[in-house]
Amino acid sequence: MSETFEPTIIAFCCKYCAYAAADLAGSMRLSYPSNVKISQVPCTGRVDIVHLLRAIEDGADGVYVAGCLEGDCHFVSGNLKARKRVEYVKRTLEELGIEPERVEMFNLSSAMGPRFAETANEMTEKIRNLGPSPVKINRAA
Amino acid sequence: MNNLKSGSNLEKVLKAGHFAFTGELGPPRGTDVEVVKEKAKYLKKNVDAVNITDNQTAMVRMSSWAASLILIQEGLEPNFQMVCRDRNRLAMQADILGASAHGIRNMLCLSGDHQKFGDHPTAKGVFDIDSLQLIKMVKTMRDEGKFLSDAELEGIPKIFIGAAANPFAEPFEWRVHRLAKKVSAGVDFIQTQCIYNMEKFREFIKQANDMGLTEKVYILAGVTPMKSVGMAKYMKNKVPGMDVPDEIIKRLQGAGKGKVADEGIKFACEQVEEFKGMKGVHGVHMMAIEWEHMVPEIAERAGVLPRPQV
Amino acid sequence: MIVADRKSLAEIQDMVKKYNKILVVGCKGCVTVCNVGGLKEVQILASSLRIGRKKDNHPMEVDEQVLERQCDPEYVEQLKDDVDCYDAVISMACGVGPQFLSEAYPDQRFYPAVNTTSFGGAVAHGVWEERCAGCGTCVIHYFDGMCPIARCSKSLLNGPCGGSDNGKCEISKEVDCIWDKIVRKKMEQGRIEDILDVVPPKDWSTGGHGGPRRSIREELIRNE
Repeated sequence: MSETFEPTIIAFCCKYCAYAAADLAGSMRLSYPSNVKISQVPCTGRVDIVHLLRAIEDGADGVYVAGCLEGDCHFVSGNLKARKRVEYVKRTLEELGIEPERVEMFNLSSAMGPRFAETANEMTEKIRNLGPSPVKINRAA
Repeated sequence: MNNLKSGSNLEKVLKAGHFAFTGELGPPRGTDVEVVKEKAKYLKKNVDAVNITDNQTAMVRMSSWAASLILIQEGLEPNFQMVCRDRNRLAMQADILGASAHGIRNMLCLSGDHQKFGDHPTAKGVFDIDSLQLIKMVKTMRDEGKFLSDAELEGIPKIFIGAAANPFAEPFEWRVHRLAKKVSAGVDFIQTQCIYNMEKFREFIKQANDMGLTEKVYILAGVTPMKSVGMAKYMKNKVPGMDVPDEIIKRLQGAGKGKVADEGIKFACEQVEEFKGMKGVHGVHMMAIEWEHMVPEIAERAGVLPRPQV
Repeated sequence: MIVADRKSLAEIQDMVKKYNKILVVGCKGCVTVCNVGGLKEVQILASSLRIGRKKDNHPMEVDEQVLERQCDPEYVEQLKDDVDCYDAVISMACGVGPQFLSEAYPDQRFYPAVNTTSFGGAVAHGVWEERCAGCGTCVIHYFDGMCPIARCSKSLLNGPCGGSDNGKCEISKEVDCIWDKIVRKKMEQGRIEDILDVVPPKDWSTGGHGGPRRSIREELIRNE
């Protein structure tokens, strides 16, 4: 039932920017959906293609990587590597007949609490509209 | 004229010191011999010999040797061409023997455009030997009576050996050395890539003269009349190794509507006139591709008629 | 090293569409170095295949393994206890790997996941270029350390042809004209005489045109 479908979204957030922004959103009492499960990484450069694929494989409806603004990565270029990997996964999903929009990359600074909440909301809404991951539907069958 | 290498008309014309004038003809993409005969009609008596291309730009056409035979039947002299892309050394030697047996006497040894350009881009490019090695091989067959393997030939091919030269390719300083290399390999005559940059060509010929090369090989300067501004721009931008100065394009643009082709012919005739008096140039190779019917007019205006009877 | 590119997912999926349990085995040799068949790439391919099959409601078990090399019997042997419990095995090694595996385990089916292309090296992070054609008669020293057999599109020994354009090969602006480089280097070093003599026709028989090749080190052969 798509009305009652609640997506599961994994968010890989870098400690220095995205996770900090998430914390800030929390202290600012800005709400974002509980669909988003945050996983902290020291830098989005730590996130590899396999992590994103395994998340999809294990049934996540959406996955995103949130890192520092480009040019401001705490570890210089980890976020640039992450973006390339997200692009690779999008291409792979397309080859598999799965919507590439289920995987995304976002950039923000630690001060951008509202932006964090905004992206979490946007992604959740988008995935809700896309429906459950085709991997998950059939797993339940 | 006993010490002729092949006895071909082209050889005799050049040896007698006349200014040679050769043409070109592309074989059909099928078995239609009428097309060949039609084009040959325009060239007959207007040129000393006719280049017959070999799967040019890697587009499959009737073989150069086959179309050359048709030309002989029509009373013209072919310049048979062989590229290194499509045959290995066995097939090459076999074809040379066959061509000579059928009366073909001029042969151009070329590398060949890469198969990627043509209609069979997935084909295996042979390139067993390159154009320099081919020149040397033909010379060995003709002057030593031997196969490339050193075995004796039973019957020796009589071939006037030609090759191409591109004075405009980079690096420019190397081009005259490459010409020297072809001369030392045994080439008898050279046809250059079509020339538009006269200044650069004069520089090239000067270098060739200084190296004494022009006394060892006959050089025919390549001329292709521009039919349109579009053609000039295409050749400038899309054809590798082609040098078309902006002045030429401007000159064609300035000719006025409907008069561009005529201006192109005018320029070509000016070139021929200069080549006639240029030390180191022994003739002109006119490439009026798909414009063969214009050759009689161009030859007349260029003042190369009548062709010498040797 | 040997450079390869992975086949498309569609092609690989098609190879294993009939199977329910497969193994993807990588190699720590060349394909790890060119990032196409090492541990990481094995994991990526395995996960991709599992996702694809889950989505089609036709799940497939995909196990992952990496061997030190797939071109030495000692390492290939390490699979012997596991290889039979799979319907098929995908090898991510170069063309040599799946063949050695096939020979060692004749009852199993082996599929190549990569298209092996050439002998090359890294010219930039993530970019590998062909440098050697395996012609069996190395003469790069005559050309100042550059190989015209591998790097000239026409394998000319007396190049360049008339098609090079601004130092690029006629076939593509992405391909350097190696003869342009050779000639320029010879001119710069004042060694133009090196390339004035006509290099004679190549003996292609050592380059695979004489049949499949075999290399023997007499001193290592054991008479058992």
